[in-house]
Amino acid sequence: MTAETISTTPADATIHPVWVRASHWINALAILVMIGSGWQIYNASPLFKFEFSKHIALGNWLAGALLWHFAVMWVLVINGIVYVTLGLATGRFRRKLLPIYPSEVLADAKAALTFKLAHDDLMHYNAVQKVLYAGVILCGILIVLSGLSIWKPVQFQELTALFGGYDVARYVHFVAMSAIVGFLSVHMALALLVPKSLRAMVAGR
Amino acid sequence: MRQRKIIPGVDPKLLIKDAASLMPDPARRGFLRGAASLGALVFLTGCDIIDGDTAEGVLRKISSFNDGAQAALFSRTKLAPTFPESAIKRPFPFNAYYDEDEAPAVDGNAYKLEIAGLVDNKKPWTLAELYALPEVSQITRHICVEGWSAIGSWQGAVLSDFLKRIGADTSAKYIWFKCAEGYTNTIDMPTALHPQTQMSFKFDHKILPRAYGFPMKIRIPTKLGFKNPKYVVAMEVTNTDHGGYWENQGYNWFSGL
Repeated sequence: MTAETISTTPADATIHPVWVRASHWINALAILVMIGSGWQIYNASPLFKFEFSKHIALGNWLAGALLWHFAVMWVLVINGIVYVTLGLATGRFRRKLLPIYPSEVLADAKAALTFKLAHDDLMHYNAVQKVLYAGVILCGILIVLSGLSIWKPVQFQELTALFGGYDVARYVHFVAMSAIVGFLSVHMALALLVPKSLRAMVAGR
Repeated sequence: MRQRKIIPGVDPKLLIKDAASLMPDPARRGFLRGAASLGALVFLTGCDIIDGDTAEGVLRKISSFNDGAQAALFSRTKLAPTFPESAIKRPFPFNAYYDEDEAPAVDGNAYKLEIAGLVDNKKPWTLAELYALPEVSQITRHICVEGWSAIGSWQGAVLSDFLKRIGADTSAKYIWFKCAEGYTNTIDMPTALHPQTQMSFKFDHKILPRAYGFPMKIRIPTKLGFKNPKYVVAMEVTNTDHGGYWENQGYNWFSGL
């Protein structure tokens, strides 16, 4: 049993245990560096008819971006493994993110879009939050696996083949990045709209 | 982006990508400039420990660590995937840090492959002698450090057989290649001994054209394109890492696939 389930009064309840907060902020830094350097790498051989602005791409040139990307990947992956392992082992994922009912998601999404969705109780996620948090964890797993299949298409060729080959894996990696950037836009906007949620991720309650 | 220039038989999109984006930015010492605007390192800018040079030093150390990690991942027996003739990219892209018309034009009659370092027989090899070596063929995917890839067809001699033939010390750590235009490249011995690592004299069953590295390219389907030197004029078996053209500028040394 963790602190959050045995707390009786919401006022002193720990919303986010320290391992969640630590891994959240390590991940936040790592993912920003991975995205920024990834944009620079993308620019070296764009998949679509656009490039990312030099001002938001990290690393200054391709070699610099690759140095960043393949250094911070260790932080992202090790932190990610710790987070997912603890999330499963402590039951936090099951408790916080499940079950997800499509009817609730639709109802909560409608309420959210008309600004009628309350955020009174930070202990419980609404159905939209559940879908987005579970979804971004899956995107995280997808971006790591597609990244591995681009980095090592010979040594991990079975994984690369699973993605439909090297060239397709590049698109999967890009789409997963786009989904994460989309999530981040909503996530950061709402953290600013509901400041106590930001406080909870820093101070724990 | 530089002005696009059309060269017959060459995919101009790929060529220009190579020329423009692989070239080092004159201001590349400002390694962190992009980071600050991204906001990713806002938390770190308060302290002076992360200036451009320090960050680059730390990143290069991690890159050396990644060389070791990749060497550990490298399998001496696992083969790169091969493809049917129909998958070959035509025209196969020319790629280098210079335009195709600046590519070295090596005189095949005067050519001699110089052999140096830890080998018993350092006799230089003429092209006729090299062409007489047993020929193998592969259709594999060339993957550029920029991300694009193209499937090509190469024929030539197995490098590990050649190393045995000249009495090379295969317990040495590296093989260093020198190219006609001054390009250099060092590879690890396990990769040199990989069964698909090839001294290529032909592309698509025709003598290598100038664009693809006449007279000899080292085709290594387990490494990124820039670790596949063209216009090779000398090789040295050595225990000293002599680095390479791109590696010395910050690209990862091992660059395995």
